[in-house]
Amino acid sequence: MYFADGIIFTADMTFFYQFGKYLLFLKGMFSKPEKLSVYIDRTITEMNNIGVGSLAIVVIIAIFQGAVTTLQIAYQLISPLIAKPVIGSIVSDSSMLELAPTITCLVLAGKVGSHIASEIGSMKVREQVDALEVMGINSSGYLALPKIVGGLIMIPLLVVISIFLSNLGGVIAGEASGILTSEEYLQGARESFLPYNLFFALVKAVTYAFIITSVSAYQGYTTEGGALEVGASSTRAVVYSAVAILFSDYLLAQLML
Amino acid sequence: MIELKDVRKSFDGVEVLKGISTKFETGKVNLVIGSSGHGKSVMMKCMVGLLNPTSGNVFYDDRDFTNLEYSELRAVRREIGMLFQGTALFDSLTIEENVEFTLKMFTKMTKAERNDRVNFCLEQVDMPGINDKYPAEISGGMQKRVGIARAIALDIKYLFCDEPNSGLDPVTSRLIDELLHQITDEFNITTIINTHDMKTVFDIGDEVIFIYKGTNEWSGKVSDIRSSGNEMLTNFIKASFFE
Repeated sequence: MYFADGIIFTADMTFFYQFGKYLLFLKGMFSKPEKLSVYIDRTITEMNNIGVGSLAIVVIIAIFQGAVTTLQIAYQLISPLIAKPVIGSIVSDSSMLELAPTITCLVLAGKVGSHIASEIGSMKVREQVDALEVMGINSSGYLALPKIVGGLIMIPLLVVISIFLSNLGGVIAGEASGILTSEEYLQGARESFLPYNLFFALVKAVTYAFIITSVSAYQGYTTEGGALEVGASSTRAVVYSAVAILFSDYLLAQLML
Repeated sequence: MIELKDVRKSFDGVEVLKGISTKFETGKVNLVIGSSGHGKSVMMKCMVGLLNPTSGNVFYDDRDFTNLEYSELRAVRREIGMLFQGTALFDSLTIEENVEFTLKMFTKMTKAERNDRVNFCLEQVDMPGINDKYPAEISGGMQKRVGIARAIALDIKYLFCDEPNSGLDPVTSRLIDELLHQITDEFNITTIINTHDMKTVFDIGDEVIFIYKGTNEWSGKVSDIRSSGNEMLTNFIKASFFE
């Protein structure tokens, strides 16, 4: 049991207390920007940090993800009764519906989320956030909003790249192992392609992008203490983002498929 | 002028500020002294709006800072400069970008005009020619001076300094003191300094408020401190000189 702002809380109310604070944090971000051009500049910088900065890891993960999935699907499905393009269609659909958006965003929760939380957390414990407030700047808006907007733009792009490269990985693995030709793979992928699946992947990507950036920014912004607490905030940012991604993954699948 | 009327602040039911009322005059170096943990920093945070007082009011030249709308509050804050204990310079920005920060956010100055102002502010604190360095590349004393330069970049009316000499050697401390005194005179601003450095008090102080266990235990002119007759203050001064 603890006491905050005159209200007694029990442990099971902590979640609701924190969630309420998170919503207030989000609401606090939206005020008239002090200078729009500064916010645009910061958003472009964050787009570069989040998007370009994460490209290498996304490329590596996507190619191997597609390649390994192709080999495993082939291992399970090789039979004279099943046409080889089916492997391409399964890998392609799996990549688009689940692997590319979810796995990519779980990795980004680790890379981008921990970076955002530790950056803002360090600023918080070193009074730089207070300095912004004293200057008359909406600190949550200035620090978090460009990261959220940058994430909302760049993470779906990374997911689209991941879908493409995942299929490329599948083609390469199919050819290299001799399981199926690139023509067979692409035939399967083309036949099973539904534009709605791509739309679903993008909805997931946008949702995950918002979760990663906003949860991590909130964890950083509410850091109190010193270096140890910055590390703890960073860890919490990754764990909470990952859990929220998995939870919303299920929710979106239930609602949209 | 800044006026506090019966300002109280509690944390988790524990009252840290117990009804502080005082005035800080324009054009003077006002010093807030007292031992650690007695409420100096909390009082300063209540004054600049980083904490909301539980009750009471803070007036900036008759504007009730504690009851302003958010947009009005931000407007008053633009008249405030603050030097933090740890300087709070932005690590990812150069010295020039740090000093330029508020100019870029709140003015329509051109880049050339901003550069002129940045150079002027850095010259005021005797730190010319370090524009391209990062905070991590300069010493603690230099960071404090840059912090002052950043605080005065806009035409401020109120300057707050939280322990400006902490972590500095005696020579650098005196330089910072002289600088704060000079800036107060030159720009005719209301300067409020939290300190427990009695050398600072006697060197540059005009008015003093002594905070003891969250109350305004004594206030008056620096020249009256030795004859205050206040036991707590006398003990604090003795302890400060024998530190």
